[in-house]
Amino acid sequence: MFSLVQVELYKIFKRPRTYIAFGAVAALIGIIQFGLKLDGKSYIDFMMNDLSSSLEIDGKILNGYLVCYVMLQLLLVHVPLLIALIAADMISGEANMGTLRLLLIKPYSRTTLLLAKFIAAIIYTLMLLVWLAILALFGSMLLFGTDDMFLLKTSYVVLLKESDVFWRYIGAFGFAALAMTTVASLGFFLSVFAENSIGPIVATMSVIVFFTILSTLNIPIFNAIKPYLFTTHMIGWKEFFDIKVNGSNEAIIGSIQNPEKIIKASIVLVAHTIGFFVATLLVFRKKDILS
Amino acid sequence: MSSVIQVQGLTKKFGHHFTAVNDLSFSVNKGDVYGFLGQNGAGKSTTIRMLLSLITPTSGSIEIFGMPLQANRAAIMQNVGAVIEKPAMYEYLTAYQNLKIFSALSGVSKTRVQLLNELDVVGLAARAHDLVRTFSQGMKQRLAIAMAMVNDPQLILLDEPTNGLDPQGIADIRNLILQLSRVQGKTVLVSSHLLSEIEQVATRLIIIDKGCKLVEGDSKDLFDKSKTVVAIQTLNNIEATKQLMQTSWASHVLVDRSSYKEICMQLDEKLLPTLHKNLVEMGIGVLSVKPMHSLEDYFLRITSTPSYV
Repeated sequence: MFSLVQVELYKIFKRPRTYIAFGAVAALIGIIQFGLKLDGKSYIDFMMNDLSSSLEIDGKILNGYLVCYVMLQLLLVHVPLLIALIAADMISGEANMGTLRLLLIKPYSRTTLLLAKFIAAIIYTLMLLVWLAILALFGSMLLFGTDDMFLLKTSYVVLLKESDVFWRYIGAFGFAALAMTTVASLGFFLSVFAENSIGPIVATMSVIVFFTILSTLNIPIFNAIKPYLFTTHMIGWKEFFDIKVNGSNEAIIGSIQNPEKIIKASIVLVAHTIGFFVATLLVFRKKDILS
Repeated sequence: MSSVIQVQGLTKKFGHHFTAVNDLSFSVNKGDVYGFLGQNGAGKSTTIRMLLSLITPTSGSIEIFGMPLQANRAAIMQNVGAVIEKPAMYEYLTAYQNLKIFSALSGVSKTRVQLLNELDVVGLAARAHDLVRTFSQGMKQRLAIAMAMVNDPQLILLDEPTNGLDPQGIADIRNLILQLSRVQGKTVLVSSHLLSEIEQVATRLIIIDKGCKLVEGDSKDLFDKSKTVVAIQTLNNIEATKQLMQTSWASHVLVDRSSYKEICMQLDEKLLPTLHKNLVEMGIGVLSVKPMHSLEDYFLRITSTPSYV
């Protein structure tokens, strides 16, 4: 199994396409950091426009932590596409090249082979997230410094002490890893039906867009299914940045407002990931390789 | 002689209406170069894919090395190498990297020197570090063979290995098959739609059509030269046929298959020079006398001679 995973990773990282994702993340983060470095003040003024008359804040609002949060909001919407580029190609790409049949005549079961491919896709996904974390979090901390984190929510503001932020990012990226693993497993599942990678990549994105729209629509008839859609829970990482307050409305350091929500979202995402993988396995084990 | 492949009643249906392989039975013995002949769409590739467990049979049984395929797939595949139709490989990798990957996948640990030596055997040592996407079809085919041989398998399945190759490439593959069989003692199953290709290498062969077996047996019996079909072209084929029908050659003329385009005769190959001489003596303007070896011709022989089936 280990050598199979090694071979799959070797193939992934020898493909130029793999580096498009890493390059795209670096370029996007670089542009945002560059823009905020040059004109961050205007961004903060715009953000604080409604509050400037009622709130006075000392310190550096535009710090590395806030910049990373802004970037995660933007990027975690687009990262699924970059993940789909590889995950949705794992089986269909091999079918297209004709190499799938070569892999399947080697002395491994289809289950072992599929598991190795799945693990490799997950490793790629995690590496992309680590890359994102290095550039977005550590890069921003380096460029903008650190301070307390001020967040503007829909109906309230959150102020997190500087010392209370970093662990939240670890949690947020951990959660994002679960969400992106679900995306990868969806792409992987759709990959088993096609013999070229474009179809599954587009299908993966279409499913995500379609479910995201269902998740965000406030139409009562859809409310019943929303809790079961993985897209509803993909933004669960934001929960790490909501802090509990005590009776005197003071923030409780190290707390999370709704940990149950994170747990529930994690369970839904893991269940989807397992479900997609098992479905892929069931289809793949019976599939006739005609390509 | 022990059977390396034993196939019984193999059938594959796609949907309810199309039967690609129908109740096929055959056996391949150790050390055979087994020719698997059939026209395009006859069911050769489907059968080979079932032998490699890429396609699940609808019914029937396959035993390889004396073991049922389905229950012993991994153990069997450890000793099988295959090139399936168009050579497939990772085009964004070099020849060496491709070979390295398939060596690892086969559970074989080979050094760089060993892998380069294997590329040398198929004449690709000089291009070992070039991307496969820059290779010609012939080079890809040779690399595919190196990849199939990387685990030193006892059974080699080659599905149309000469497709898209130039004459030199075809000759190379033919020599390789002979070397694998005669020098290394491997069992080779090679499919083709060209009888002339199989004729030169196969020790035994099967011909299938529409998924059914037409004939199976030893090459020396099936390529009986005393029943060679000859196509003769003359200046006036109709007139020449009339003349031949009045001679002792009349019993050799295949009337049903002769036309204004050519005269078909069936005779011992040794009689060809005498026939040619007689034709000239009869004043027939001979343009060509050609022994026919195409599969189409062989099919026609089979269908016109029920005792062959």
